Amino acid sequence: MEAFADWFRWLYEVTGINLTYFYDPFDRARMLRGLLLTLWMAGVTIALSIVVGLIGAWLQGSRFRWLRLAVDGFISLFRNTPPLVQIYFFYFGLGYMLPRVPDVSSGQLEPLLSNVQWAIVSLSLFAGAFNIEIFRSGIEAVSRSTVEAAESLGFSRWQTYRDVVLPLAIRTCLPALSNNLVNLIKTTNLAYAIAVPELMYAAKQIWADTTNVPEMMITVLVIYVAIATLFAWGMTRLERWLKVPGFGTGA
Amino acid sequence: MARTHAETGSPAGAAAFLLVPNGPLRAGIDARAVIAVALVFLASTAVGAATATEGTRSALEVIWTWSPLLLWGFLFNLFISAAAMLIGTAAGVPLGVLQTSDLGPVRWLAWLVTQFFRNSPWLVLLFLCVFLIPYRFTVLGYTVLLPDWSKAILGFALPVMANVSEIVRGAIQSVPTGQWESSASLGFNRRQTLAQIILPQCYKRMLPPWMNLYSLITMSTVNASVVGVSEMITLTNEVLAAEGSRPALLAPLYGFALVCFFLYCYPIARWTQALERRFNVRG
Repeated sequence: MEAFADWFRWLYEVTGINLTYFYDPFDRARMLRGLLLTLWMAGVTIALSIVVGLIGAWLQGSRFRWLRLAVDGFISLFRNTPPLVQIYFFYFGLGYMLPRVPDVSSGQLEPLLSNVQWAIVSLSLFAGAFNIEIFRSGIEAVSRSTVEAAESLGFSRWQTYRDVVLPLAIRTCLPALSNNLVNLIKTTNLAYAIAVPELMYAAKQIWADTTNVPEMMITVLVIYVAIATLFAWGMTRLERWLKVPGFGTGA
Repeated sequence: MARTHAETGSPAGAAAFLLVPNGPLRAGIDARAVIAVALVFLASTAVGAATATEGTRSALEVIWTWSPLLLWGFLFNLFISAAAMLIGTAAGVPLGVLQTSDLGPVRWLAWLVTQFFRNSPWLVLLFLCVFLIPYRFTVLGYTVLLPDWSKAILGFALPVMANVSEIVRGAIQSVPTGQWESSASLGFNRRQTLAQIILPQCYKRMLPPWMNLYSLITMSTVNASVVGVSEMITLTNEVLAAEGSRPALLAPLYGFALVCFFLYCYPIARWTQALERRFNVRG
């Protein structure tokens, strides 16, 4: 381990390429914390955005007109406004309007949601709006006769949705979903703008201290490309694993 | 669906269709969505007004006073997005064509470049361009100054390039192979086939995703506020500071930016949807 660190020190001395996070424990800890927070945010927002998408797609099939209109309005609003301004609006605007609650440990009045939580909420809603459309197109692709068959077998609306429509719809929309979720992973770094200490923020702190801007920039880029590529690869595996024989071009 | 001359397929008809919203596009702008946004905005300003203290101006007054500046900022966003789209498309089309090259290494390299810029976060690419490109060059004794916004345009053009490259590749590959074969049998070489037979068929397929991309890049231009380009959000923050940083103004002012972008991007989205539907029906 020490030899490993020494090699990067030597690299800095000889070439001027300063990858501090390989030999400086403090920078390494910052970078790792940033990476973990990015991964955690990505995981939570992916899960929440899928939940938003499923609920929204279900509500869109509702009998109540105003409910469908509300979902349509939500989609149009979140799809056609900049995600960064959404984050600002939520964190600064709504965050200010919400009441402050006493902190559990210190007893001081704290905002109801922290910046990390606001980032998660607004990014989940943003990606969720896209997911609703994606799931809906998947649901529409399920043939009417399949739904009728389920209904004639006595399935309730919820049972038909859960056991028949959804399993088929999810398979149809996986490519589009994977595309959107990769985009979501890339978008999580907008949380940087409200000082969430994720990967980008950690990198900025390091380059502010050691002025190794190009090295840190390229590191961040490589890490993001790696995360996105790995995730996309995983989704392709999932697609293959879930494949229903007889649909599409076949595996 | 109303039949229009655009459906006769003549180039003039198609152009007219693009310029004059008719047929299915008439239903395009959905009043309900606009009303919903207006309601959200008014609600936030109402809360802002309710919490305003004596002697300070209401949120609506503040927005009204500063709207020329803020809208000027919005125009700057539109300028950045248009320039990025122009540069990105100019670079992306050749890159996409190279992705379908019959030379293995060329194809592979074009694919690699495309995937790299497609999978990197837009904000990181923006940082990369703004912080790593020097602010001035000396070429042949002339000193060229590069303001932040010009570097930001490049930062937005990179992801546009990668996405356009994918759109072009997808469109070229969606043209049936038989077209290539018949062109070859008619004595067209590869370049002629591409320029005169394949690409003309691609425009229609490329237009909706290209417009989608334009809408996305327009919304991303606010990211430039993070690196200090004085576009709408930077100006909004300055207005907030000038008004004494009253928290009650936060939601209305950011809400105003949301409304501006919505009013610009929503019609584009509806238009894109209408084009998609139309092309699917006819394709």
